[in-house]
Amino acid sequence: MKLSLQEVVKRFGSHTVIDRVSLEFDGAHCLALIGPSGGGKSTLLRLVAGLEYPSGGAVVLNDKRIEYHDEALLRHRRSIGTVFQAFNLFPHMTALKNITLPLEKVHGRTAEEARDLAEGTLRRFQLLDHAQKRPAELSGGQRQRVAIARAIAIKPQVVLLDEPTSALDPEMTAEVLELIEELKQEGRDLLLVTHEMGFARRLADRVALLSEGRIAEFGPPEQIFGAPESEATKGFLRRVLRY
Amino acid sequence: METWRDLILAPGGTRGEASPPTVAKAVNIGLALVLMIALVWVCLVSLHFNGSVVWDYRVDLFKGWVVTLEITAVALVLSTVGGFLLALCQRSFVLPLRYFAKVLVEIVRCTPLLVLIYLLWYGLGGALGIGNDWRYVMGVLTISLFEGAYISEIFRAGIESVGKTQIESARAIGFTRAQTYRYVIIPQAFRQVLPPLVGQLVSLIKDSSLLSVMAIAEFTQSAQQASSINYDNLETYFALAVGYLVLTIPISLWSRWLEQRFKYET
Repeated sequence: MKLSLQEVVKRFGSHTVIDRVSLEFDGAHCLALIGPSGGGKSTLLRLVAGLEYPSGGAVVLNDKRIEYHDEALLRHRRSIGTVFQAFNLFPHMTALKNITLPLEKVHGRTAEEARDLAEGTLRRFQLLDHAQKRPAELSGGQRQRVAIARAIAIKPQVVLLDEPTSALDPEMTAEVLELIEELKQEGRDLLLVTHEMGFARRLADRVALLSEGRIAEFGPPEQIFGAPESEATKGFLRRVLRY
Repeated sequence: METWRDLILAPGGTRGEASPPTVAKAVNIGLALVLMIALVWVCLVSLHFNGSVVWDYRVDLFKGWVVTLEITAVALVLSTVGGFLLALCQRSFVLPLRYFAKVLVEIVRCTPLLVLIYLLWYGLGGALGIGNDWRYVMGVLTISLFEGAYISEIFRAGIESVGKTQIESARAIGFTRAQTYRYVIIPQAFRQVLPPLVGQLVSLIKDSSLLSVMAIAEFTQSAQQASSINYDNLETYFALAVGYLVLTIPISLWSRWLEQRFKYET
């Protein structure tokens, strides 16, 4: 994945959430965004996802500058997979249908192709037994895994994960993190917003710490977690790693 | 004496969380019905109720009843479609459309139906020179507009009950606005909307009785005509009430049943 942020600004009213953020990520697969709540991590991910419009600056993903107008954004969103914290799946459809619907209606697959693709993905994630269940019949962890399966099935150029385990208990968190790790090993490109520090450290090729809308520190995980340079990083890690 | 308590008091006392046993339910519903019927009976006896006078007008009354059914059936379709369109307009990003729909719905909902009927028939109908041939059409359109305003609010509430995260998910997948409505919002709103929508049908049937003031020969009008000839107001209006209840009570029960069913499924 190649991601380049150039002086990106995002304001909500008079409140600046992202404050002239620049970053160059190249030649690696997994970028993790960490930092205190309200620091701008999720907003930054949503800008890359094409779900928010920046107030200024440019976002370039895999050498293509994201054009922030409705039609281009629709195409852009269709080329990436996004997984949120919770409630990703449509509750009135089975797990299988949740995956086949976008394949058919957005990506123009036939019903048969879509089913084969969806079942293949579910099988790989050991979810095929749950294909005919609705989200309410699945555990939180299974739901997130199906949501990830849906994001993968469209063969996205990058998968964006916005705190995918924040709504889960520790056991379910583990099963979802294992799955994300598998994706990494397959060589998929991931942009991950997470509060799981140990996971970010193990998985990410680069870590960016966002605080008060700015990148406090950006570097390999060994640097961020082992020998942080900025005061913001040191303070943040002290707070989250205390317990 | 424990059994008497069970018949009169709901299990769990004031917490009232469990529904009463079937026997207690049946006994109490029966009790309520007996009381009602007794009250009606006392009135009828003391006023020397004579059912046979209604029998003489059975054909006219039945014709009126059928007209009420027809008006209701057409108005049901029109008000549902109209209400749906108004609900979509209320959420439109085209502002003139949005606010026209909002203002229209608010004005119609806040006007008594009787006043609305007079205004549209004598006012608008008179101004546009709408003649006698269009009496029924105007009647049906008026009641459709009135009920449609309420139905649009039912639809709007249903659409808004679909969580923001669902719409966000649909956007992230790359659905267009139309696809989001078709595959995500409408199917989920439908289960929210169906019970109150069926309930609104009860109102539609009852409200259609006001069309009698436009001299539309529906059920109420036919009863009024009969009683103006035979002067047996009591008997005729009694038959009228029964005729409406036959229609409305099953639908009302159906609405309650739908409510229960969808409550357990989600």
